Amino acid sequence: MIALFFRDLKLAVRAGGGAMLGVLFFMTVVAVIPFGVGPDLNLLARIGPAILWIGALLASLLGLDRLFQAEREDGSLDLLLMQETPLLLTVFVKCAAHWAATGLPLVIASPFLGLFMNMNEPAIGATMLTLLAGTPAITFIGAVGAAVAVALPRGGLLVSILVLPLAVPVLIFGVSAVYAAIEDPAPFLPPFMILMAITLFFAVIGPVAAAAALRHSAD
Amino acid sequence: MNENSLAIRKFSALANPTRFLALADRVLPWLTVLTVVCFAIGLWLSFTTEGDYQQGETVRIMYVHVPSAWLSMMCYTVMAISALGTLVWRHPLADVSAKAAAPIGACFTFLALVTGSLWGKPMWGTWWVWDARLTSVFVLFLMYLGVIALNRAMEDPGRSARVSAVLVLVGFVNIPVIKFSVDWWNTLHQPASVFRLDGPTIDPEFLWPLISMAVAFTLLFFSLHIAAMRNEIWRRRVDSLRRQAARNAGRETLAP
Repeated sequence: MIALFFRDLKLAVRAGGGAMLGVLFFMTVVAVIPFGVGPDLNLLARIGPAILWIGALLASLLGLDRLFQAEREDGSLDLLLMQETPLLLTVFVKCAAHWAATGLPLVIASPFLGLFMNMNEPAIGATMLTLLAGTPAITFIGAVGAAVAVALPRGGLLVSILVLPLAVPVLIFGVSAVYAAIEDPAPFLPPFMILMAITLFFAVIGPVAAAAALRHSAD
Repeated sequence: MNENSLAIRKFSALANPTRFLALADRVLPWLTVLTVVCFAIGLWLSFTTEGDYQQGETVRIMYVHVPSAWLSMMCYTVMAISALGTLVWRHPLADVSAKAAAPIGACFTFLALVTGSLWGKPMWGTWWVWDARLTSVFVLFLMYLGVIALNRAMEDPGRSARVSAVLVLVGFVNIPVIKFSVDWWNTLHQPASVFRLDGPTIDPEFLWPLISMAVAFTLLFFSLHIAAMRNEIWRRRVDSLRRQAARNAGRETLAP
């Protein structure tokens, strides 16, 4: 399992993996926003956390369709299915590797982009913390979509359509936790705890459903 | 032979599509007539009762809005149960049922959103607010469309049914969120006023038309659902007959 984790990580980071493409897309989305809403620094500071969250959500959707598809193309998916270790665990490890390759760079990149958005330090810290807690949930939800669409020729767009509605709660609580941290009266912990609860919930549901979908689409 | 196993045997006998078709042919006319009668009663009641002293005539929107919103959730529940039937018992009718229910559910959800929006304009002063109930129902609508898109994307009906069943079951988390969104968050949308532990808080003047319309809508859903299932079975049969014909035609040209 650890070997699988590092294998996936290496495949994603090295040439053709496209892990860095996600970060690049994230930066591009965030950089495009000021052109759209105008370079008003106060406005940017106010909507900055939301922009960062939406950018991270879209960026983490990008690589999802490749989560199982590359394995399916070269046939190693069948090996993973026939392995003695439960498929559930395999899917979980693959999700973890995918998050480490695509989600973690987004979290690391977010403070720098926060500076672009003229956000102050607490806001940047809160955004980074909520992204760290929230992006795994997106990956786990996305694993279901990726597993469902694994056999489809044009699965990429379909994965995004299927995953985005389910990822809405993550976005809602992530952004509300950040705003709670910036604005004084609202407490930070309740939305943040709910965000973590969502992540844990989907860490259970996601691999189970993804494993079931993989089994059914394999035969 | 006790009652329970008899019921199970009857249920699995339905797995034969021909039996289901015969049953549907017998049930469907009655169900349709009943639906029309219920709609007549419901519409008559909803247009003859008094308007609200505050909302005036617009309160009649409720008689369409509330039943379609209930049905949008019930239809997803029916889909989730069918998905369980597909995955657990491999019941062949279950995938037909889930596939047939998705467009109907999407229509009811759309109806609930549109009538809610029309009602919201005079009452709240806006077509749309991003409150918890409205957002979660909109997410439900998107999920219906996603399931339909997934169903259409795959050619093999058996496999697409099993894969979309997984998706339907995962999406089922949204249903309790919709149901309790008005209790968990303080929102613009009012909390439940009909199904409550301490009895309905809505006036009987509005309750009776609402209930009759809800019954009519539910019957409409079931007749549409059975009809759609029948069409889906016929469509699959035509498909397989066409394939058979194409195969035979190919064989004739090859072997003169």
